[in-house]
Amino acid sequence: MQPVKGVAIRCSGLRKRFVSRSAMVDAVDGLDLEVRSGECFGLLGPNGAGKTTTIEILEGLLPPTSGEVEVLGGRWDAHPDDLRQRIGISLQETRFAEKLSVRETLVLFRSFYRRGIAPEEAIALVSLQEKSGAWVGKLSGGQRQRLAVACALVGDPELLFLDEPTTGLDPQSRRALWEILRELRARGRTILLTTHYMDEAERLCDRVAVVDHGRVIALGSPAELVARLGGEHVIEFALEAGPDGLREEDYRGLPGVSGARIDLEGVSLTVTEPHVTLPALLERLGRERLALARLATRHVSLEDVFVDLTGRHLRDDTASSAA
Amino acid sequence: MTSPFRALLLSRLREFYREPEAIFWVYGFPVLLAIGLGIAFRERPPEEVRVDVLVTRAGAAPSSDVPDPAAAAAALVALQGDARFRARTCAGEECAQRLRLGRTDIVVVARADGVEFRFDPTRPESVLARARAEEALQRAAGRSDPVAIREREVKEPGSRYIDFLIPGLLGMNLMGGGLWGIGFVIVDMRVRKLLKRLVATPMRRTDFLLAMMGSRILFMLPEVALLLLAGSLLFQVRVQGSLVAVLAVSLLGAISFAGLGLLVACRAQKIETVSGLMNVVMLPMWLLSGIFFSSERFPAALQPVIQALPLTMLNDALRAVILEGAGLASQSLRIAGLVLWGFVSFVLALRWFRWS
Repeated sequence: MQPVKGVAIRCSGLRKRFVSRSAMVDAVDGLDLEVRSGECFGLLGPNGAGKTTTIEILEGLLPPTSGEVEVLGGRWDAHPDDLRQRIGISLQETRFAEKLSVRETLVLFRSFYRRGIAPEEAIALVSLQEKSGAWVGKLSGGQRQRLAVACALVGDPELLFLDEPTTGLDPQSRRALWEILRELRARGRTILLTTHYMDEAERLCDRVAVVDHGRVIALGSPAELVARLGGEHVIEFALEAGPDGLREEDYRGLPGVSGARIDLEGVSLTVTEPHVTLPALLERLGRERLALARLATRHVSLEDVFVDLTGRHLRDDTASSAA
Repeated sequence: MTSPFRALLLSRLREFYREPEAIFWVYGFPVLLAIGLGIAFRERPPEEVRVDVLVTRAGAAPSSDVPDPAAAAAALVALQGDARFRARTCAGEECAQRLRLGRTDIVVVARADGVEFRFDPTRPESVLARARAEEALQRAAGRSDPVAIREREVKEPGSRYIDFLIPGLLGMNLMGGGLWGIGFVIVDMRVRKLLKRLVATPMRRTDFLLAMMGSRILFMLPEVALLLLAGSLLFQVRVQGSLVAVLAVSLLGAISFAGLGLLVACRAQKIETVSGLMNVVMLPMWLLSGIFFSSERFPAALQPVIQALPLTMLNDALRAVILEGAGLASQSLRIAGLVLWGFVSFVLALRWFRWS
């Protein structure tokens, strides 16, 4: 079906406070968001950034402490049943009944929707035809995740919510799921997904909101976000002498360097033209009699954007675990 | 297109019959329990009374505890001549030990001036042994009975232990099935985040709860049928009242305990929590509600509490219908009590229910 052009999700001033005996955590702390119809939108951030809390509020599963939420032009407190008919959800982890087959599980979920696609069609969309008769308990992790997506699709939703759809999957299963999601997007569905994988956001999402401590700290297409770093390439290296070689300012003075960072793992330079910077870098290190332990160049990724914005790596699991 | 209620009910049924252990615990175990207890407490021929007669063995250390050899021999002959006794001799310390270990019911010490009985008055079989031994010894010594006694034995089905037991097991099973079959399954679904996933769909919550109830009622039918059938085939336990009445009472019991199961599970977020809660709810009823022995054995002060427990009401109603052939009308108070328990639990459970 043709999606209505416009805004699929809009929320402003979203706040969610969890109060426990010992602590008070603002898992979502003043978050604004607008997801357009037909786009694949990614909420990107480390564990505990508030991604899951946010998506569950948008899904109508969790009431916000304050803030406005509008989904498909409706509000959760006004038309919950109507909205449920029009959206599909895959939670972070759902363990479906082990002793039901894939087909039986989908027949069950299909029964809840007034309209939708045939269970067989949903199975075909996620390429589980061969496992149609198999019990859910016999499926691999990737197959279960595909089943979760199929359950989200069986009501033929206009809007799809996927919370960490590929977390814990092997590379092959991840790629298979990406293929499915790309196809869905091509058919005009709106998708909101959360992930803490940079490459996933880069490959799938039209636009990305980088979330940290319950707020959006950057918003744009992956290309736009990367462009903000001022260079498209990264040179990473480590010195045999360890971090006590040159200072960050010394590196910034090299030709073509737009940013420099020294941390425990080594040095990383954001550069516009590696073929200009590299000879200058090697010449400078040679002059200082500093030997290289390793050297690599790569394209800038959203990971670098996150590090640039927060000074932390995405996979640092030191943040609170409120999400 | 299947209706949501039918799809949910069908899923529940499939999950159940695909779980062999569940089938055993729900259907096999109560029948095995009935068979085991039925055999253990079956009607046996009147039990022999075990009597030891104290004698002095050659070469034994001199002791003050000496019977008169002639009197002891006479007592032994009198007791061995009576089929109701299994009499043997013992000597010295051995006698006291056999009595302590329960290998004999009574020790008879025959002296020239009379007979001494050594027994534990708190053991019913010892008290019986004392009465019988006295009677046998007095008769052997020439007592005559002035009143003539005739005996007629009555062994009717309906008054045996197994007759008492089957309705109790039925009640226990309905309680366990309702609490585990609803409570455990719901908490398991909550732990798996399946409940949360279901409320993320347009599924109506009443459809879900009704399907749970419906599955309980369907599982209950074979439960009741199997136990009654096993009782009837193996132990000739007969249902005196109408089968419809038995089924109606069972149905009410199943619904009432399903409500209680829902209440126990309404907020628990761990399997351990719900298991503990179930035991807290079930243990008092196992003890007090008259499954294996009559609840009337408990002190009168406890009776108001005991009579208010749902399992007591269910067991009493089942016994009245199965053993006494009572009609439903005569059980209306108990039935009303069960309905009240179920209704209140259900309402509270719905109010407090946690879907995620």
